[in-house]
Order: sequence, then C-alpha cells, then structure tokens
Amino acid sequence: MIQFENVNKWYGEYHALVDITETIGKGEVVVVCGPSGSGKSTLIRTINRLEPIQSGTIVVDGKDAHSASLNINQFRAGIGFVFQQFNLFPHLTALENCTLAPKNIRGLNASAARELAIKLLDRVGLSEKADAYPAALSGGQQQRVAIARALAMQPPVLLFDEPTSALDPEMVGEVLMVMRDLASDGMTMVCVTHEMGFAREVADRVLFMDSGRILERATPDDFFNRPQHARAQQFLSDIRTPFR
Amino acid sequence: MAFDLNLLLVGTYHDWLIQGLRLSLGIAGITLVLALPLAMVVALFRLSPVAALRWLGVMFVESIRNVPLLAHMLFWYFGAPELLPDSLKRWLYAGNIEVLSATVALTLYTAAYMAEDIRSGIRGISSGQFEAGRSLGFSFLGTMRLIILPQALRVTIPPLVSQTLNLWKNTSIATIIGVGELMYQAAKVESSAFRSAEAFAFATICYLSVSLILTGLGLFYRHRFPVRSA
Repeated sequence: MIQFENVNKWYGEYHALVDITETIGKGEVVVVCGPSGSGKSTLIRTINRLEPIQSGTIVVDGKDAHSASLNINQFRAGIGFVFQQFNLFPHLTALENCTLAPKNIRGLNASAARELAIKLLDRVGLSEKADAYPAALSGGQQQRVAIARALAMQPPVLLFDEPTSALDPEMVGEVLMVMRDLASDGMTMVCVTHEMGFAREVADRVLFMDSGRILERATPDDFFNRPQHARAQQFLSDIRTPFR
Repeated sequence: MAFDLNLLLVGTYHDWLIQGLRLSLGIAGITLVLALPLAMVVALFRLSPVAALRWLGVMFVESIRNVPLLAHMLFWYFGAPELLPDSLKRWLYAGNIEVLSATVALTLYTAAYMAEDIRSGIRGISSGQFEAGRSLGFSFLGTMRLIILPQALRVTIPPLVSQTLNLWKNTSIATIIGVGELMYQAAKVESSAFRSAEAFAFATICYLSVSLILTGLGLFYRHRFPVRSA
C-alpha cells in the first residue's frame, strides 16, 4: 500500500529523514513512535506530500507521491489526514466540514453528501452535534469530527499525526476508541502517537524512529517486551518511569 | 452675509452641488467595484507558490503605495495618454478623459492598499487550515476560495471599510485634473456666488454622511457574519 524506498529529506543542513525504506501493507495498522525531533511527523507528512523529499521514492497505492506529473489533488483526495490541531474549518458547522470536500471534489449532490456526513458523524458518535460550529465542541469532539471529515472522502488510507497530543487527558479515550473501531474495520492506518496503550493493543507493527532513521520495526509484543535497539530501550524506560 | 440654507436646497447652485455629489459617488462606486477584485488578485499573487507572481505582486503594491495619489492623478491624466497611439488618444480626448484618468488612478491606488489588507487577513489564518484543505484534495485556488477567503474576509472587512472611506475622501483629489466632482462643484459655487460657507458646508456634510453610512454597513456586516475561531 505504501512503499518508502531510500527516502531522504533535509531541512537546509539538517538531515530530517535518513535512507528510509519501509513497506506498509494494505489493512495494516502501523504506529510510529520515538522521541520528539526524531522525524516521525515529517515521515507521515511526506506520504501525502505535505513535505517534499530530496531523494528516494514513496509509492502509495501504485502512485509515485513525489513525481512531478502526479495529479496531486486527486492523489491527496485518496489519503485521509488527521492533524494534531484538528484544523476543522471554523466558519463551517460539523456537518458542513464533512460535506465540503465530497460536494466540491467528489461531486456528490447536497443530499447525498449530507447523508454520508450524518452517517459518519454518527459513526464517531456526534450526529447530534451536526449543526454545531467547531468553537462549540470540545477538543475530543473536534478531533472526532476531523476523523469523520477525512472519512467522508472514503480514502483507503488514513494518516494520523499525533491525533491525541493536543487533547486534555480525559478526551484521549474517545478519540482512540474511534481509531480502534476503524482499525478493526480493516482500514490501512499510519499513526504517529505517544499513546503506548493504543500501540500495544491496536497496532500490527510499531516503527521506532530516532534522528531521522527507523531504528526498530517490530510487533507491539516484541517492541514493548524485547526491544532490540539501545535507543528504543532507553525511550521505553523514559516513558515508563518519567520521574527519576 | 448670513448663512443661506435655501441656496443649498433649490436653484442652480443646488443643482451644481448635487451633480458633483453624484459624480463623486459614481467614481467611488466604480472604483470600489474594480479595485476589490484587483486587490484580491494582487493579494493572491503575493501569496502564490510561484516566485514570479509574488514578485509582480510586490512590485505592484510598493510602486503604487509609495507615490502620492496626486502624482498618480497627474500621471494618468497628463502622462499616460502621451504614451498611447494617436488614434486612441483622439478617442480618449473625445470622451470624458478626466473621469477616466481619475478612476484609473483611484482604482490602482485603492487596490494596492486593499491588497495588503486582504493579504494580512489571509496570513492571519493558520497554516493548518491551508494544509487541511490541501490534504482533502483541494487545489491552491480551491482552498483559497472555500476555506481561507471566507474566514479571511470576515477579519478583513473592518480594514476594507476604512479603505473605502479613504477612497471616498480621495475622490476629492480628482478636482485637480478638472473632474466635476463634489469638491470641484463646491469651489465653482464659491467662486460664482462667493458663498464659501454654504458651498463647503454642503461638501463637508456629504463627505461626513456617506462616511458614516459606510461605517454603519461595516458594523452591520460584523454583526451578521461574526468571526469564528475554533
């Protein structure tokens, strides 16, 4: 589904992604973790070309994401992206947030788009908030609307860039529940997150990154119980015992 | 000489002043209609991913904003027609070239300022909004049209109203190239009838009341379309 081949990215002098080669299969749920500045957000943002790369290739569903001849808008329409800061459109209601792209890009008529949006808002448990503006929603509710908005384009892949990091702790659960539900439905998901509970229970695989490299790729069981790389062992011990 | 209100309400001088008011309103109206879309295009140029377009936008804004309006008026009236071929020049001089030059000068001048207001309104929208639009598959222009501009214009309305106020007052500069607008007609009444107080009181009240109406419209808009943030 997603293949990275020798991908390198620099921010000026800074080597942000170093020789990334990785394959993510259809229906796979992959969690990317690692310390801040390790390149995990950069990695996920290169998949739908929010960030350019300087060398290598990224192929998604058979299409070269960084080729100049790619129809980038059509390509991005097939990849759902969920942001840390939700980025809901504040001038539109929850429902309108979910109908904007289906109407204008997929060409759905108003009633079909509305029906789809209500179905998706219901799926994330927010059908009664359809007419609320984002400002009237809690962070957790906003993020669930953002997931519904991404799903409205019916993408085969969903990317999550720290979807719960901007949330108050009591709202993390509701968002993770929705994500777990999607995973059990067979959605291909790549998720940058610090939620180790989610990684342990939902992920098929964990990628551990540091300094722009993928240092470890393992099943959750192996990663949490038998981490191979010293940097991964250090990371896991830091997040388990933050006060030392 | 007591203040003669009647002179403003009926008769030749009244007619002259009303003619001037109408022309001023007409010039301001047409200029606004032309300047707004031009300003939008210039603002989008300045934010474009294409460097050449950004440059064009910067050149437009800086070369126009940094020269006084009076110089623009004189250039478009005296200077620019000289650069045109003779046949076109004759056609222009047969028409009302004063009003045309004034409208061109005011349109460019107003658009340069409005472009900056629109640009800063757009820049005030977080980059996350833009990324969210692009991630859903919207093009640069589609994202602008459906996501960024509807938000940016709401915050841009107050500065645009004040630019429209400036435009309204700036129409008076056209008097210098002989456009028969409000100020010109007031001066004509003054020199014909020596009724300075009446003539300029009329002009003052016209400028003031139109300005207050514009301010009122701005307030209404803000009430009707409040700025929403997430």
